[in-house]
Amino acid sequence: MLFRASKETGNMRAVHSSFRSSAFLVAAILLGSMLLQPEADAIPAFARKYGLPCSACHEAWPKLNNFGQTFKDNGYQLGNDRDAPIWQQPTYWPIALRMTPNWHREGADHMAVYDPATDSIINQGITTHGFDLSGMDMLTAGTLAKNISFLLVPSADNEGAFHFESASVRFSNLLKTSWLNAKVGKFELDNMVSEKRIMTLSNNGGLFQLYHFLPAGDYQASGDPNFVGFGLGDNQLGVEVSGHSKNDYTRYSVAVLSSNDGNVNLPTSRGYDTYLTFSQAFNAGSMGLQRVGAYAYVGQAPTIFLTDGVNVIPGAGTGNEKFYRTGFFGMWYLKKLDFTTMFMHGSESAYLYSGTPAGQTLPLGAQAPKWNGGWVETHYTVNPQLIILQRYEVIRMSQQGNSANASNYGDMDSLTFGYRYYPFMTSRAGFAFHNEYSRVRQRGTSPIPGLDLTTSSVFLGFDFIF
Amino acid sequence: MNTKVPSKWVLWLSALAILALPSAAAAQESHIGKLTGHASSGKELYRRFCIGCHGPRGDGQGENAPYVTPQPRNFVAATFKCRSTVTGTLPTDEDLFNAVTRGFNTTNMPSWEPLTPQQRADLVAYIKTFSERWKNEKPGTPIEVPAETAVTVESINHGKELFQKLECWKCHGPEGRGDGPSASTLTDSNDQPIRPYNFSVGTRFKCGTTNQDLYKIFITGVDGTPMPSFADVIKPNEAWDLVHYLRTLQVTRKGPESEFMKAKGGSTKAADKSGK
Repeated sequence: MLFRASKETGNMRAVHSSFRSSAFLVAAILLGSMLLQPEADAIPAFARKYGLPCSACHEAWPKLNNFGQTFKDNGYQLGNDRDAPIWQQPTYWPIALRMTPNWHREGADHMAVYDPATDSIINQGITTHGFDLSGMDMLTAGTLAKNISFLLVPSADNEGAFHFESASVRFSNLLKTSWLNAKVGKFELDNMVSEKRIMTLSNNGGLFQLYHFLPAGDYQASGDPNFVGFGLGDNQLGVEVSGHSKNDYTRYSVAVLSSNDGNVNLPTSRGYDTYLTFSQAFNAGSMGLQRVGAYAYVGQAPTIFLTDGVNVIPGAGTGNEKFYRTGFFGMWYLKKLDFTTMFMHGSESAYLYSGTPAGQTLPLGAQAPKWNGGWVETHYTVNPQLIILQRYEVIRMSQQGNSANASNYGDMDSLTFGYRYYPFMTSRAGFAFHNEYSRVRQRGTSPIPGLDLTTSSVFLGFDFIF
Repeated sequence: MNTKVPSKWVLWLSALAILALPSAAAAQESHIGKLTGHASSGKELYRRFCIGCHGPRGDGQGENAPYVTPQPRNFVAATFKCRSTVTGTLPTDEDLFNAVTRGFNTTNMPSWEPLTPQQRADLVAYIKTFSERWKNEKPGTPIEVPAETAVTVESINHGKELFQKLECWKCHGPEGRGDGPSASTLTDSNDQPIRPYNFSVGTRFKCGTTNQDLYKIFITGVDGTPMPSFADVIKPNEAWDLVHYLRTLQVTRKGPESEFMKAKGGSTKAADKSGK
């Protein structure tokens, strides 16, 4: 047999039990978010190289300010003829390590728990807490020569399993203009609202839900290794062409990416995705620098997989079906108070949602899911050593992937607030006491059918980087 | 006990306070075009961006100072390299603003252009609070930069003669490579070794990129370094001649002077012949 559908035809997501689909979600939130500790590009190796305090590049690390963003966009160069490694002492090693020992409490209500007394599944809340570790990032970055820079981030989860979060080479100022730069490898999408520099760390709040959102019941979240899914917050493999004005007020980028969601070895697809972004900053006098921008990711993923009769042949997927994410954002400064606003519209093919091979008959009720989402994140930077923050995120389905679902099935609300306190500011190392609370509610996805699933996190950690 | 202050003393004190206000306020503000910078806002920006090198007291003794060459500027001494004012005087607010915006090539001082103009103006206002000089002195009067003369063979040749006559070559070297006989002995006002500018590399000057900037360097000097002011030695036209000649030493730079030289066969000598 040459072709094998990943799932039997007509195996409609709707017939999966709500218990099973919810279990995926719970696993995704509790397990995935534990592994998805952000790779944060706060790099004291740069501070050591240039003698600048963290606060020069970061509003409060890891959040970049415009000076830091310009430095990044210049290929990790300040442009004062001291960028190339030839200017550094031979002992200088461009490496930084980040980790966060912490205590955290995780709670989830409406969980399905076996009760031996009644020999039945009961509805029960679950809470756990204790001391723990985050993952660890090794951030190595800098210049190889004038206008050639690199970023290499071997990253470990909190059990020590390594992977390459980022590995890219960048050629800056091609044709002697800042409007033309090229980057090749695995890298963060050129996103001004970067999840890699997210200010929140807890299991619930340590990621932008919208960047990783797949509709409830989506087959791509089922764990089938042939369906890698997609997350706008995931680093991708490909090539990016970008440019910016000298002061970085105007920025653009265009990227062509392998359709494998950043996974190496071409596990499923041989197609390509496209990501476009543009932003423009405006100087508002004493209020600060305001920025607005737009982005679009248009991708595809296979639904049919060649096999050798038993096993799927990697990278040979066909029957590509489309998905996209598009939206706009704003970064608004009122002196010490700033707001980040984000909007996204997402959609994907009904074939991807239902895991149906392209060209075959869709299960009854299957349709292309569509959703809208956004958030407002507020920061109050008391001074470079103390920042108070909150984020409220909403995701609303505008069209379910299965017409039989309730209209609000999978809708999500997330609230996160906390603060980061940096007891000292040097150009050698960074240290922050981080305290955060986060709560996420998703409609109808509890393991107990018909109930909402609410999870919460309390996080107290010592975030250090050196 | 009644300790009533005599009313005439109140009047005198009030008058003194009012008289003192403008100078104090001037030291706390900067004025660049339509922008007014405030030291109170600049203080936090300084802490965020500058303190690592220039230090909390602005004396150039930040935590990174031991590792930075040349050493960070000492704002307490208030001696500034890049000015539009005559040597020995304080720079204008705009001079400081331009320096912060431009940064200093081949030093650790980057360009702070990504900061908003208001932020840079606030920083200038705060920098001025470190030295008493800003309270006791006014900035010098900016020099006048006359219109640039034409690039001619005569101008370049005369500039070359001035380069010899004024002994520029002693520091900058006969071909402007920064390798003159005195180069290795030069020190700045902090007794730190300092290298003369190497024209052959073609990087931008510390105090700007244009011919006007180069002109100002001759006339104002670079205070705190061995580069003197030639204001009393050369006339404006001669300064332009020197500018034109020095541009020809920047062999990697494309500009009207190098184009002129190329058209004339690559040297002023050749140009002389072809001109005849």
